[in-house]
Amino acid sequence: MTTTTTSPVLTATGVTMRFGGLTAVQSVDLDVHPGEIVGLIGPNGAGKTTFFNCLTGLYVPTEGSVAYQGTVLPPKPHLVTQAGIARTFQNIRLFANMTVLENVLVGRHTRTREGLWSALLRGPGFKRAEAASKTRAMELLEFTGLADKADHLSRNLPYGEQRKLEIARALASDPGLLLLDEPTAGMNPQETRATEELVFAIRDLGTAVLVIEHDMRFIFNLCDRVAVLVQGQKLVEGTSEVVQSDERVIAAYLGTPFEGAPGAEEAAEVEAAEAGAAPRATGGAAQDEAQRGTTARTEDGQ
Amino acid sequence: MTTDKTQPTAVRKAGATAPRTTLLRALTAAGGAAAVVSTFLAWTWTAEFPGDLTFYGYPGGLQLLTLVLGIATAVFALAALDLKGLRWLTPSGSTQALRLLALGTFAVTWFTVIAIAVDLDGLVNLEPGGWIAAVVTAVPVATTFLLPDDSRPLCRPKELPSWAEILIIAAVFAVGLYVVNYGIQTDADHPEPFLGFLIAVGFAAVALAKAGLIGRISELTSTYRSVTLVAALITAIVFPFFQDKSSFTELGVNIAIFATVALGLNIVVGLAGLLDLGYVAFLGVGAYTAALVSGSTASTIDVKFPFWAAVITGGVVSLIFGVVIGAPTLRLRGDYLAIVTLGFGEIFRLAMLNLDGTSGPSVTNGPDGIPNIPPLEIFGFNFNDDHSVGGLTLDSNGNYYLLMLLVTVLVVLIFSRAGNSRIGRAWVAIREDETAATAMGINGFRVKLIAFALGATLAGVAGAVWAHFQSTVVPEQYVFAGPVPPNSTFLVAAVILGGMGTIGGPLLGATLLYLIPKKLEFLQDYQLLAFGIALILLMRFRPEGIVPNRRQQLEYHETGQLDVPGATGLKDSAVGVTKAEA
Ligand SMILES: Nc1ncnc2c1ncn2[C@@H]1O[C@H](COP(=O)(O)OP(=O)(O)OP(=O)(O)O)[C@@H](O)[C@H]1O
Ligand SMILES: [Mg+2]
Repeated sequence: MTTTTTSPVLTATGVTMRFGGLTAVQSVDLDVHPGEIVGLIGPNGAGKTTFFNCLTGLYVPTEGSVAYQGTVLPPKPHLVTQAGIARTFQNIRLFANMTVLENVLVGRHTRTREGLWSALLRGPGFKRAEAASKTRAMELLEFTGLADKADHLSRNLPYGEQRKLEIARALASDPGLLLLDEPTAGMNPQETRATEELVFAIRDLGTAVLVIEHDMRFIFNLCDRVAVLVQGQKLVEGTSEVVQSDERVIAAYLGTPFEGAPGAEEAAEVEAAEAGAAPRATGGAAQDEAQRGTTARTEDGQ
Repeated sequence: MTTDKTQPTAVRKAGATAPRTTLLRALTAAGGAAAVVSTFLAWTWTAEFPGDLTFYGYPGGLQLLTLVLGIATAVFALAALDLKGLRWLTPSGSTQALRLLALGTFAVTWFTVIAIAVDLDGLVNLEPGGWIAAVVTAVPVATTFLLPDDSRPLCRPKELPSWAEILIIAAVFAVGLYVVNYGIQTDADHPEPFLGFLIAVGFAAVALAKAGLIGRISELTSTYRSVTLVAALITAIVFPFFQDKSSFTELGVNIAIFATVALGLNIVVGLAGLLDLGYVAFLGVGAYTAALVSGSTASTIDVKFPFWAAVITGGVVSLIFGVVIGAPTLRLRGDYLAIVTLGFGEIFRLAMLNLDGTSGPSVTNGPDGIPNIPPLEIFGFNFNDDHSVGGLTLDSNGNYYLLMLLVTVLVVLIFSRAGNSRIGRAWVAIREDETAATAMGINGFRVKLIAFALGATLAGVAGAVWAHFQSTVVPEQYVFAGPVPPNSTFLVAAVILGGMGTIGGPLLGATLLYLIPKKLEFLQDYQLLAFGIALILLMRFRPEGIVPNRRQQLEYHETGQLDVPGATGLKDSAVGVTKAEA
């Protein structure tokens, strides 16, 4: 892989998330480079979704920091999206009573500017921007194959199409990185195939993808790199082949009791096996950054 | 007579319609006709019963309702018989509509007959005409319930030239104005005519919806949006010219004000999903502000702003209060806002009571309020004088009505423009799923604050006008719940009853909630109970409100073709409501 030579779109450094006594995510480092499709796998409750929530600002990580294209992100979801990271949800979270088209238009929110005044005055600028938004939204519906359902209520779509709509809605913010949380859950094999194609197409359009999935065939077909999360810690990271043949991964997935915490050295070994691991910020620095992010009052800024 | 009418049916659906069905439909038509005939008889002997039903030869009072519904039953039955030229009446099936019309005729007639017996003490007060009416109106009920259900999806309408469609819209509004006028002008001293009116309108409206006519009309109005808006505006403008009593126009002003405030609240509750239980306080802020700067002799501030400046001041001060209340609470999720606004509403009232110079600084005269707000004068047009427009006089109430209408139009415009834009979609998204909305890049706090502040501002503007109309403001008008509107409960109920997120909903909801207790004085003590019952029934049978919003409407026709929204819910709720009222 030559992708490591470019600077990463996403740099997660020492991300830790504790809920009271439970450490759901523990010092996870992860880089995603432009043009990459990276997989994130792990048993149920491993902390994958929690890690996504930390990346997108839905949770404020207890420790660690998340940077997009080198800039540390404040843990505010709308600013994360504004910066260029979009996501879908494991348990579909569409705007159920809005139409398919409106859902995608909401996704355009960060890429349009029209405020209340221009909506009330309806100048030519407003009309142009609305028309442009609609065109772009229709393009995305075309891209995901939902164009003929634009006027349907999103809650009336079949399950598979709801997942697709989530992707279309996320793409509407023109993200540089797309986070997919189990995009094929509940899909039949054909739909899963189609989703695979869709993810490749998204990558080809220049959006890096980080995807959580339990469907191993899907993951190993798709991903340039796979990271394995077990009990909140990153166990292995590497190409499909490396991960597939790793005994601990097999153990974790077969359900064999996992003995002992995953050794830091072991994880480091695996990573060292890969050419050029991404540079890591020291723990202390990461913490400082995280704190600065939390205290910054960014709500009102646009 | 009945057998003659069976012939035309055979033409189109020879194989489809069983002879039994045809016979039942013909009997229904005959029953309707008989009901019509019965209204030309005297139902009672004395004019003591309101409406004077003592005449042979022409119908009066409540008989008119039986007459109209009887005609409708007969005509729809003929349409069901496939009579040429009437088929357009039942685009989505006739049986359900017929049942409702027959039931409506029956209910109104029996209501009248029973009311005569109760009011005048005894069945002896019924003339034979009353007995005949009671019997013949039962016939269509029996026959229609034996008819098979022929509901079908709304069929494509026949192409009409656009002038004809526009004429239809105009006619619908004219009829609407007539119906509203009829209701408003019923005798306020007797509840019977208005109750009968409610029963009749309720059944007729649901019947028209079942027949598919309301679906057809809403199709037309959405095709000719601007025509519809103009028609609605003209209808609203001519309303005061049709009123022969000033009190009727006053009802109109109050309806316009409360409907406008409810629509403003709908931005907050319906679009952004923020439960504001103290909304009336913003109306109060606007009203008090306008009163203070109006030049009233009782005002503690010795200034006299021109009207427009007073209105803007009212709006701006309300906006400031909105931001001050909203900024700390809108960051929190869930029900905190409801609790804080509830508190704010009460604090506002108590503050107005106590800023009287003894308990606090002297600002509001405490419980006495600020009376003597001088009458409005804009460009020499004094709002308290009568004015003559083209031969018709417009009294003080009429002047204020038209002024208030201007505010209503403004709020409608703001609602529709804001709702149908980037910011409006953001509001709805927040309402639907706040987490997903923020993950889509929406700054939840910011857009919620905009909705909240916009709602507050609009209430402030309406309050400023209201203060001038009332010429006095007192704290007791701005309570959470009370026997007379406006109160926060009234406003929230109007929004929910009418239909959240729609324009028509709160307007209709506020009209009904204001007019019904006004006309049925005996209900006034039980107003809150009635609200509660109405809302429970509504939540059970038609949670989307009387006017479903476009999104909820879509729920009922997934394939994209227009359909009658809320097909099953509508019948149940209307029947339920009527039961509760009867
Ligand atoms: N808000 C929260 N409060 C407390 N505990 C939480 C919270 N969110 C997640 N957890 C816990 O963190 C752990 C990781 O959960 P997470 O949803 O991230 O797992 P996952 O890897 O996505 O699993 P799955 O494959 O089932 O989706 C679980 O034990 C879960 O109970
Ligand atoms: Mg998960």
